Amino acid sequence: MSTAPARVSRRHLALAAAALLALLAACGASTTPSGTTGTAGSDSAPAGGTVTVLAAASLTESFDALARDFEAANPGVSVETSYGSSATLVQQVNNGAPASVLALAGTSAAEPLDPSLRKDTRTFATNSLEIATPPDDPGNVTSISDLAVPTVKVVLCADTVPCGAAAQATFRKARIVPNVVSHEVDVKATLAKVKLGEADAAVVYRSDVVAAKDAVRGVEIPPQLNTTLAYPVITLTDDAATRAFVAYLLSPAGLATVQSFGFDAP
Amino acid sequence: MTSTAGLGPGPRRGAGPPTRNAGRWRTRVVLGVPAALALLLLVVPLVALLLQADWARIPSDLATPTVLPALRLSLTTTSITAVLCLLLGTPLAWFLARSDHPATSWARALLTVPLVLPPVVGGVALLMTWGRNGLIGQHLAPFGIQIPFTTVAVVLAETFVAMPYYVLAVEASMRGLDPRLESVARTLGAGDLRYLRTVAVPLVLPGIASGLALAWARALGEFGATITFAGNFPGRTQTLPLLVYVELERDPQVAISISIMLLAVSVLVLGVLRGRWLR
Repeated sequence: MSTAPARVSRRHLALAAAALLALLAACGASTTPSGTTGTAGSDSAPAGGTVTVLAAASLTESFDALARDFEAANPGVSVETSYGSSATLVQQVNNGAPASVLALAGTSAAEPLDPSLRKDTRTFATNSLEIATPPDDPGNVTSISDLAVPTVKVVLCADTVPCGAAAQATFRKARIVPNVVSHEVDVKATLAKVKLGEADAAVVYRSDVVAAKDAVRGVEIPPQLNTTLAYPVITLTDDAATRAFVAYLLSPAGLATVQSFGFDAP
Repeated sequence: MTSTAGLGPGPRRGAGPPTRNAGRWRTRVVLGVPAALALLLLVVPLVALLLQADWARIPSDLATPTVLPALRLSLTTTSITAVLCLLLGTPLAWFLARSDHPATSWARALLTVPLVLPPVVGGVALLMTWGRNGLIGQHLAPFGIQIPFTTVAVVLAETFVAMPYYVLAVEASMRGLDPRLESVARTLGAGDLRYLRTVAVPLVLPGIASGLALAWARALGEFGATITFAGNFPGRTQTLPLLVYVELERDPQVAISISIMLLAVSVLVLGVLRGRWLR
């Protein structure tokens, strides 16, 4: 009689322990480099596996398309993408986030990356800055000098992330002090404030203006004032699926996909 | 350390039969192990933060020019939030505590929504309300009043996430009042407001204090709704949690130093309140 409750709790304990073990196992599995080794030597036909891609927020649309095309061409391989500011992604990788490929906005964003993690680095695109305004242009923005008008609410990326640093460089060249109301954490958050109509202008990448289609209006920044960033792709794991993905990105088809979203050739 | 903490000084009933003793130990292990795990899950991250800190650097880190404005902004906005909770939340709690009307339970259910809502979603909802094209904001814009990207937006975001904590805490303490007190006060000729002022509020003061402490702490930690709705601008909308996030990308050590300051401020305020009100 008195042992019955004990047996129940023992069963519960076993259940809890099993759940805990499963949890630990899952954590353990996810910290090992993802992707299985396919047929040795043949980069074009990986047997399967997962490629985990961490990419700069500005690459959201182009890498979504790239991942779709790559998965269609390589059945059995799945691509998992995660987007954020380049600075955040580098911190995540340094702190052990499981990733096979890291694609960043600007080479300087890669400087804090632990050098021992880096297997290979290639430049696959360049990007320049452009001003985005809401389609109805409430602030009457026709050139970069309009961003200094006190009634024009300007949103920039924080200067810790590449788009913010690039915007600051451009404003220094143009000798303009913009009327900034917020420093957002990444370029998509910056663009969102314009898409929602809360800000009159944002300095984002040309690719973001292209990707946003009709949701924003673009205002060009002259080349002599503009800041161009080179986008590096960094290979972090050495497996067939990852090699195949990077090779696809650097292939003419992959580069064409990226460039169709407003990026320029490397 | 953890095993003694998990077991505690249980009542000693002398020498019972051996089977009962064994049963007690089994219960202690069955409950003690998860209890110790729970404690570890909560305490280890705080210890890790303290261990990771470069204590010698903290004074110079906190002298970083962005820290003082963020600290001032955080203290100002959380204080205003606490006052708003007190002024607006106390009457709401009073109505919720007294009424058994179905509408009251609906109001209470609605009140818990911001409690469980991800703060970022709260920030989007606030933009849809107070933004330039928002429900209320579009009628304010012609008068030149714009809420997003201002300190007012920070206070609105903090109040949105903190007020439910306050109202629910105070309501619970008001429901605990003996209803006979009110009838006695009435027979002695006291009206509603007088009863409230002289009897009810003094009695629920500990509830109000703990509600304020909870709401204040929640407001101090608010991040998601603030960055979505108020943006991030030093001195105007960049509160301490936002600064921690930004500094983590510039200099993680500064972020850790600020985190320790936040931890210290929270513990200090909760400690003072607990010592005075919440025995």
